[in-house]
Amino acid sequence: MEYVNPLTGFRIDGRRPNELRQIKGELGVVANADGSALFEMGNTRVIVAVYGPREVQNKSQQNNNQALVRCEYSMANFSTGDRTRRQKGDRRSTEISLVIRQTMEASILTHLMPRSQIDIFVQVLQADGGTRSACINAATLALADAGIPMRDIVTSCTAGYLCSTPLLDLNYVEDSAGGPDVTVGILSKMDKVTLLQMDAKLPMDIFENVMQLAIEGCKAIANYIREVLLENTKQLESRRGG
Amino acid sequence: MRDLQPSLNQTQRVRLQSALRQLHSLPSSSSSSPLSSVAVADPIQVNHDDNILKGHGTLDCDGEVVATLCGVVERVNKLVYVRALRARYKPEVGDIIVGRVIEIAPKRWRLEINFSQVAVLMLSSMNLPDGIQRRRTAVDELNMRSIFEENDVICAEVRGFQHDGSLHLQARSQKYGKLERGQLLTVPAYLVKRRKQHFHHLEQYGVDLIIGCNGFIWVGEHVEAGENVGMLVEDQKKTSTAEEESWSFTPLETRKHICRIANAVRLLSALGFTLTVEAIVDTAEASLASNIEINDMLGAEFFVQTAEREVQRRASMVRKKG
Repeated sequence: MEYVNPLTGFRIDGRRPNELRQIKGELGVVANADGSALFEMGNTRVIVAVYGPREVQNKSQQNNNQALVRCEYSMANFSTGDRTRRQKGDRRSTEISLVIRQTMEASILTHLMPRSQIDIFVQVLQADGGTRSACINAATLALADAGIPMRDIVTSCTAGYLCSTPLLDLNYVEDSAGGPDVTVGILSKMDKVTLLQMDAKLPMDIFENVMQLAIEGCKAIANYIREVLLENTKQLESRRGG
Repeated sequence: MRDLQPSLNQTQRVRLQSALRQLHSLPSSSSSSPLSSVAVADPIQVNHDDNILKGHGTLDCDGEVVATLCGVVERVNKLVYVRALRARYKPEVGDIIVGRVIEIAPKRWRLEINFSQVAVLMLSSMNLPDGIQRRRTAVDELNMRSIFEENDVICAEVRGFQHDGSLHLQARSQKYGKLERGQLLTVPAYLVKRRKQHFHHLEQYGVDLIIGCNGFIWVGEHVEAGENVGMLVEDQKKTSTAEEESWSFTPLETRKHICRIANAVRLLSALGFTLTVEAIVDTAEASLASNIEINDMLGAEFFVQTAEREVQRRASMVRKKG
């Protein structure tokens, strides 16, 4: 199957190889949570609720020097094309929970909140490729909304290599083509990589190109997230008044 | 706009938007400098020559001061810090807070106060109901449930942090203690400003309003300070049923007033306006003046009206200054 049109150079959904899908972020979507966000990348849609810092529920896990970060990832039954019943602790979701937790923990200043715990609940509402990245982006927004101190904005984006072209932000069709799929998470300002995943083989020089493309995508998302946060902050402050 | 989203019609939406835009354009009355909002990882402009102090919400990153929170940059002399909006409550010594008992432990109650840990109220740091100053005995410890039970709402004062980092409270006055016959409302803590007075007795309504610094707000029937104590003593002497009934009965009128004030608080917090006693009473009065039922206070029309009234109030304040 042709994933990139050889004549026009456009992809199946009409994007250019280095074009992101439309992104949208919204804050404060869950009333009872300390922080919450909804993030969309094209048809992928993720909702995140953050609770905390709050008292540690399981005292044996309490750490006197830093906060405990927990993450729970789940996919809604209706999120994919065929409606499937999923168990809570299957391999895939445990792995993604771990990935999100580690990526976010790298950015959260946990030492400022000793003896407390931060819970991140991630739910995928629509899955159309790149759920992992969308979850991380949404979690960043929600953590910032909860007023949890962070080193930097963490953003994530995927890139793949199909039809001898590096492609940015794969959707479900491109994702299931079986080509290499690189997920990158970066601390945007410090230019540090906190997540890098690929489960295929790729020559060194091509890999570098693909990764560079993914990093460009991450930076574009970081700019957008920053704008959303700043707009929200201004909005809250102006309403609160002097 | 988190917990309350009235369905606005087209005109109401336009009115609300224009009101919010006006609020945005009005100059802030507190700080003379224009607002400098920052998001996470935004650089903060500082003059490195006068060695500044980095406060909360800032981080040194390659010789540049960077924000770690979303909020407003505040400068006090050399100190630069970021005041976070929409974060959990940060206790300061002397704050008056409202909390809920979640656990009774040896010699202490544990309270939920919207902080990153539970707060501790020691039996020894509160006045006993009989009002006598003495050492707390084992009997007192056994009778702790007769003072506060689980899920009771309590008003107390922040005493300070202990060496192990736990937060301690105290309730050494008759104005502190158990709160009964009223409503507890939770609002974001940044909407409450620290003031001299957090206890308010709204005489025209017969209602007590306690604006806890932690964003917990109590609206309840007015109780004379010390009345509670008197009742307990009397209880032991003679428990006449009629008297007990009058004690547990709240007149309908007062209940309505409590609901009206509570809805005013809900409305203001949904709009994200600062919660002061003046604003709350103003909103309640306005609803009375325009004959709005209590349940309609959370409807779309009054929502927009409240926003517009706030714009007028702030505009007139600016005019007075200028």
